[in-house]
Amino acid sequence: MNGKQSYSRRFFLKTSGALAVLAAIPASVKALYNEAKNFIVPPKQTFPLPVSINKKMYKVTVDTRTTLLDLLREDLHLTGTKKGCDHGQCGACTVHVDGERVLSCLTLAAMLPGKEVTTIEGLADGEKLHPMQQAFIECDGFQCGYCTPGQIMSAVACVKEGHTSSVAEIKEFMSGNLCRCGAYNGIVESIQKVAK
Amino acid sequence: MKPFTFSKPENLGKALSIKKDTVQFIAGGTNLLDLMKKNIAGPDAVLDITTALSSKIEQQGKGVRIGAMVRNSAITTDKTILSKYPLVAKAVLAGASPQIRNMASTAGNLLQRTRCPYFYDITTPCNKRKPGSGCSAINGENRMNAIVGYNEQCVAVHPSDLCVALAALDATVATTDKNKKQLSIPFKDFHKLPGDTPQLDNNLPANAIITSVDIAENPFSKNFYYLKLRDRDSYAFALVSVAAALHLQDNHIADARLASGGVAHKPWRWYEAEQYLKGKAPSASTFSAAADIVIKDVKPLSNNGFKKSMLRGAVETALQNCLTA
Ligand SMILES: Cc1cc2nc3c(=O)[nH]c(=O)nc-3n(C[C@H](O)[C@H](O)[C@H](O)COP(=O)(O)OP(=O)(O)OC[C@H]3O[C@@H](n4cnc5c(N)ncnc54)[C@H](O)[C@@H]3O)c2cc1C
Ligand code: SF4
Ligand code: FES
Ligand code: FES
Repeated sequence: MNGKQSYSRRFFLKTSGALAVLAAIPASVKALYNEAKNFIVPPKQTFPLPVSINKKMYKVTVDTRTTLLDLLREDLHLTGTKKGCDHGQCGACTVHVDGERVLSCLTLAAMLPGKEVTTIEGLADGEKLHPMQQAFIECDGFQCGYCTPGQIMSAVACVKEGHTSSVAEIKEFMSGNLCRCGAYNGIVESIQKVAK
Repeated sequence: MKPFTFSKPENLGKALSIKKDTVQFIAGGTNLLDLMKKNIAGPDAVLDITTALSSKIEQQGKGVRIGAMVRNSAITTDKTILSKYPLVAKAVLAGASPQIRNMASTAGNLLQRTRCPYFYDITTPCNKRKPGSGCSAINGENRMNAIVGYNEQCVAVHPSDLCVALAALDATVATTDKNKKQLSIPFKDFHKLPGDTPQLDNNLPANAIITSVDIAENPFSKNFYYLKLRDRDSYAFALVSVAAALHLQDNHIADARLASGGVAHKPWRWYEAEQYLKGKAPSASTFSAAADIVIKDVKPLSNNGFKKSMLRGAVETALQNCLTA
């Protein structure tokens, strides 16, 4: 019991001594360290970004490396848009920019000023679901739901582009959205229902 | 991803004046951003050129000029392209997904890097990513790789579909270098074979910019086909692809074009087979003989022997479909 206490006291004295030494490192050495670090790892660059999402203006300060997907999810907490692969290979992150479907994981946020972004959160009209959202519910257009926001954003664009003349055409123009649950038949049905 | 500074030069002159080796242009970003996330590209500065360059498709003499910033999807709906150069639209539609085509630019498509799995895996040797480190694919997983025109330095293929159609139609690539010098590069000389510089995919002068892709008037708008064979029906890169176009006159082939993707470090033209087709009647036996000429010099790697027969069939089918589709 005693020994343990004395050990603790010695440990305390030792560590506080080490801390005192650390604090005593002159500012010039710290500056040198930071300079060396910046040489190996360049400092991150931030900038003020004005961006319009679902017809609402946001002003955020972000890293130049920020993708639209990370801006939505991490900075603005609009988590409806999903991250699947982060490399353009799954379509889960599909949103509309100026009314056209694009992949938010491969869109640099810095390139957005002057453009209008629409996400799944911006699709419904108040409490009234968008017809495509309603159709997905009625036609079993999803199972786990992870790919669904991307599927719906893509499906809305697919109808608007007029690529709904046949099941084959719908499948071809929805091929950029993968569904691991395999809800494809319900998705095609939803699109046919809205396109009618 | 390495931090970088970002700016948007308002015109071509500004963009070129800032450009140097450590600075990268960004257009759609669909390839550059992917490579930056994987630390394969790591520019100090990124220049948004989306408004500095043309995004118009315009008549140019008797041909067409496709601005560098024309999105891939815009090519597929343009009236001039659909009526006079439909092969180009058909090839673009076979590539990527609607979302990616909405983002991808014409110039970016030409400059996209290979999809060789080792190029993307920075823990493995790759001469294209790190010159002198060796080629992991030549004795590795190479079923997607080249069957012609490669060497021991690199066996990668160029992944574009658009470029196969542009190669078939003898397009030209309009460029401007840092000293404002303009240079038109014939498509067949734009991309290169690995040679001793596998790290370079093309002959675009250092720090130059692509301003447009030009296609001259041609007689290939009636009998053409683009056939792409891949692991799944859509949203996948080609194992092999074939762009075929025939100019038919009095039931004879007056001129023929035949090009392939997924077979070489550059979009590949089958000149000997084209030559053979000229003057012949378009028949199953003519097409079959042309396909035999195509595969006569291909040399598959350890894992892609299947590409030889696949290519033979693809050439035959594409030529047949020139008559019916
Ligand atoms: C999942 C996936 C699947 C795909 N499938 C296919 C497919 O099946 N077929 C196919 O053909 N393609 C496919 N692609 C590739 C896609 O077509 C290319 O990524 C796209 O065309 C690149 O264009 P971009 O404008 O986005 O280029 P960026 O990524 O913006 O740029 C690419 C490169 O070009 C440079 N650059 C851009 N514009 C210019 C210019 N004007 N002058 C000089 N340099 C310039 C950039 O600096 C950069 O180095 C696929 C991509 C993904 C992610
Ligand atoms: S084929 Fe080319 S890209 Fe692939 S590993 Fe070899 S050098 Fe690299
Ligand atoms: S997260 Fe963007 S395509 Fe997969
Ligand atoms: S519903 Fe589960 S991934 Fe599509």
